[in-house]
Amino acid sequence: MSAFLDRIARGDVLISDGATGTYLQQNGLEPGGCPEEFNSDHPEVIRGMAEAYFSAGSDMVETNSFGGSRYMLAKYGHGERVEELNRLAGELARSVAPEGSFVLGSIGPTGEILAEKGGTADSDEMYGVFQEQARGLAAGGVDAVCIETMSDVTGELSLAIRAVKDSTDLPVVATLCFDRGPRGLFTMMGDTPQSAAEALTEAGADVVGSNCGIAIGDMIDVIGAMRQATDRPILTHVNAGIPRIEAGEIVYPDSPDFMAEQMERVVAAGANVIGGCCGTGPEHVRAFVSRLRGGAA
Amino acid sequence: MAELADIPNEFIKNEVDEFVEREDERAELIELYSQSAPHLLEIGAAIISGRNEDADRLTVEALERGTGALEVMDDGLIAGMALVGIKFRENFIFVPEVLACARAMKAGMVHIEPILSASGIEPLAKVIMGTVKGDLHDIGKNLCIMLLRGAGFEVIDLGVDTSADEFIDAVEEHDATLVGMSALLTTTMPNMGRTIDAFIDADVRDDVKIMVGGAPVTPEFADEMGADAYGDNAVECVEVAKRLVGVTG
Repeated sequence: MSAFLDRIARGDVLISDGATGTYLQQNGLEPGGCPEEFNSDHPEVIRGMAEAYFSAGSDMVETNSFGGSRYMLAKYGHGERVEELNRLAGELARSVAPEGSFVLGSIGPTGEILAEKGGTADSDEMYGVFQEQARGLAAGGVDAVCIETMSDVTGELSLAIRAVKDSTDLPVVATLCFDRGPRGLFTMMGDTPQSAAEALTEAGADVVGSNCGIAIGDMIDVIGAMRQATDRPILTHVNAGIPRIEAGEIVYPDSPDFMAEQMERVVAAGANVIGGCCGTGPEHVRAFVSRLRGGAA
Repeated sequence: MAELADIPNEFIKNEVDEFVEREDERAELIELYSQSAPHLLEIGAAIISGRNEDADRLTVEALERGTGALEVMDDGLIAGMALVGIKFRENFIFVPEVLACARAMKAGMVHIEPILSASGIEPLAKVIMGTVKGDLHDIGKNLCIMLLRGAGFEVIDLGVDTSADEFIDAVEEHDATLVGMSALLTTTMPNMGRTIDAFIDADVRDDVKIMVGGAPVTPEFADEMGADAYGDNAVECVEVAKRLVGVTG
């Protein structure tokens, strides 16, 4: 068993990091810019981000590779740099990771919909795209891969899990994005937290979970429902609420203290690894650590 | 007033009964479907079940037997999409099903569009759609476009990463009266306001109505940036578009 899964299996609640995009925007990423380009052009920012999270008490950080698939990088003219930018993402986080901490290689959605789900993407091609990214991350020394913000459990996400498993020996974390609609919590493709957790377990994910999309109150419901449907460890990265505009600026409303307090309920609902998504930063992680571990970072 | 039993198509009757819960919408759809010819309701049923080959064949057959293109579109294709939109909004169906329905709609519209344009029949309105500068996420925008087309709008799709100039040029080139902008990222959201400002600077703001949407966009934000309307989802986008061009129902 990998050190990462072993550590979870010991029963401690682990604390992940906060947002990557939010941090990069505060550190020079232009609106609409390519975040992964920072791995080669501004490595000090990427290392600094990982350091900031580790020193706030994160047990793990995610790599700056969310949009590191060929589909996404090609939109910025970097389609031929998949291996390089993903490897750098892993290496940069690894280079500042303290002993005993972990680096999760982030894989986000391709932005495509598979033909079998009514879109246009070819599943063999998409499988190859995920393999390519996973190999880059593995070369960069990550401890696990975190496939996140996904909407299509049985299509894109299952394909990604298989691609990572087939091309690396790394454990796979797989998390989905839910939305609350008139009939409850669903992915864009119509899965419930229960059906998604079952499908992810079936697809071979080592850790399942949810991230982004909803505020922490709804996330507690998602995690509780997933816990009923799977015996796999559960990871969640939660947004700092739903963003709103104040004086022309985008503001995420949920404070570190508020989120930390709510994180106790997320853990009680069944989460084994907790962290932040959009709008969270090192100060949120510090509050999580303080609340869940009584201040002992 | 028409009753559910007056709908001359078993499948559609059951669909309305099962999925349309709001009283006003139910009454409106029963009225619509009970007045539609049975052979056009079969087209609607093909749309609702995402059977594109049937939608294609039934549309051709309806035109061949002399039903007017506009009637085939309104009472067949668009009538079918109306139910699809409601089922989607209410979480009875999701993106894959909507995409299948939209494909069926398109299979029928292929036969209608040339006839309408040849006979000079205008669409409800011309809509320019795009994601704003810097934003590459187009799944939501594409859904809106499908449903807008499904409701009888002509849509000019500018794709992703659309600059203010591209929006303005397209409005002028196509003589459009509606603009729809979307953003998925909080970082690109402010570009919606900048695009609206560019319309003002170019002195064309009053020529169009502008609607906005996207996951992080809120009605408050839409107001603040000076948009004419906000839609929370693809179904609302159609409702908003109809309201902006003065079409009811």
